Amino acid sequence: MSEQNSSPVLEVRNVSIAFEGNQVLDDVSFTLHHAETCCLLGPAGGGKSVLLKIINGLIKPDSGSIKVFGEEITTMSEEQLFKMRRRVGMVFQESALFDSMNVEANVAYRLNEEGVPPAEAHTRVEEALNFVELGNAINKFPAELSGGMRRRVSIARAIITKPDLILYDSPTGGLDPITSTTIVELILKQRDESHTAAVMITHRLQDAFLLATHYWDVKTSSVQSIPDGGVDKSTKFLMLNEGKVVFEGSTLELTHTEDPWLKNFLS
Amino acid sequence: MKFVSPSEFAKDKLWSVQEYSLLCARALKSLFTPPVYWNEIISQMDSIGIGSVPIVLLAGFFTGCVLALQSVSSLKQFGAVSMTGTLVSLSMVKELGPVLTGLMVSGRNASGMASELGSMKVTEQIDAMRALGVDPMRKLVTPRVTATVFMLFWLTALSDALGMLGGGLVGVFMLGLNGHSYWRTSYRSLTYGDVTQGMIKPLFFGFIISTVGCYFGMNTKGGTQGVGKATTQAVVVSSVLIIVMDFIVSRATIGIFGR
Repeated sequence: MSEQNSSPVLEVRNVSIAFEGNQVLDDVSFTLHHAETCCLLGPAGGGKSVLLKIINGLIKPDSGSIKVFGEEITTMSEEQLFKMRRRVGMVFQESALFDSMNVEANVAYRLNEEGVPPAEAHTRVEEALNFVELGNAINKFPAELSGGMRRRVSIARAIITKPDLILYDSPTGGLDPITSTTIVELILKQRDESHTAAVMITHRLQDAFLLATHYWDVKTSSVQSIPDGGVDKSTKFLMLNEGKVVFEGSTLELTHTEDPWLKNFLS
Repeated sequence: MKFVSPSEFAKDKLWSVQEYSLLCARALKSLFTPPVYWNEIISQMDSIGIGSVPIVLLAGFFTGCVLALQSVSSLKQFGAVSMTGTLVSLSMVKELGPVLTGLMVSGRNASGMASELGSMKVTEQIDAMRALGVDPMRKLVTPRVTATVFMLFWLTALSDALGMLGGGLVGVFMLGLNGHSYWRTSYRSLTYGDVTQGMIKPLFFGFIISTVGCYFGMNTKGGTQGVGKATTQAVVVSSVLIIVMDFIVSRATIGIFGR
């Protein structure tokens, strides 16, 4: 394993934050390595989205340390953060597409800012949209898309620059089960094709377990179960409750837990 | 309604002033450091400036008309009807042109900026922009501030001209004044100091309109209701600040030019 791959992509240490006297995150710590996917679970209002925004430098924590690609981001200026964020893709809870721009402009946003020639940007947008199976929506506006399609455009926008870390904030939130499965399959495909480190928030346990127990088969271009009831070793779980980490570990550790609260949550 | 302690209230207001000052400083700094979004600036000039031309022309023209109409009855008492042009031009150029144009543009654009940026804020589009490595201050605020300051200057000049034209038309066709005399007195009454005073004001007013509109938009909280609140606050605060700034600039320029 190269030095780059052995050092953590993300290192969160003792992060705490409070809003108007309410402790939202309390001493949260975890580490994410190259090619790992961390499923961030927990009840609503547990501070998961805040943690994701802190990781991307969108909110500054009250205390603690966050290292992204080995660099401390809590002391970075906004200008330095913009450079760091160019290596991070983020999918927002409600997609957060720019509603005055069409799908192509949304997906190409970062490329246009970086001054990529229009023809090259167009080709890369087509590739990203084909990846999320939305090639025919290139000229549509966000208002013309369904919730699931918006989420897929958001994923295309996040992955177009081939980031080294992807943050998914409830990518299946508010979607019907079939569309949710489609979105998780896309995340799975991204994980197994590019081996990018990722943090995914989800409220749906079945999404997290789908990610942990399936793989993307390149030959058949479809999602398959890992044989013999196996689990994906690069997928790990982090569970937050009332701002505190109540579990961090592998899929098997989670399913064999003896913790009564976790058992209750999983059931 | 929730009551807060005076110290909390004071802290809250001071925090707002600090945030507003930081926004102004960052907006100005972004204009002088790369990248500058010139396309956005031109697009905002079109939207804010060209889009405001009809209301500014109408407001300026009819203000001049009514000024002539109302002043003639007073001037008649002193046998000074021939001074109508002087009164209209001085009032329009020094006060009514800049202030009314500022208020009209504030009503149209401070609200527009607050609601547009506020909607982007509550739908996480501002955060998405930051996450995509783009500074919203550079991309959204600086172009609006630059465009408003630049265009309000020319809108005020237009409003002044249309006001004087309106006053002249009312004077000639409704009050029986001599057209040549009206224009001559209008033109000759204006000094360098008057015009400078009138044309400095829109620079300040444009800055107030755009920074206040952007400040309330960028700090919107609380969903669609918050957007409505931000829009109302932007118009109210910018309008009041325009009147206050008008007094300050007037006092300063009177001190400099002596009239």
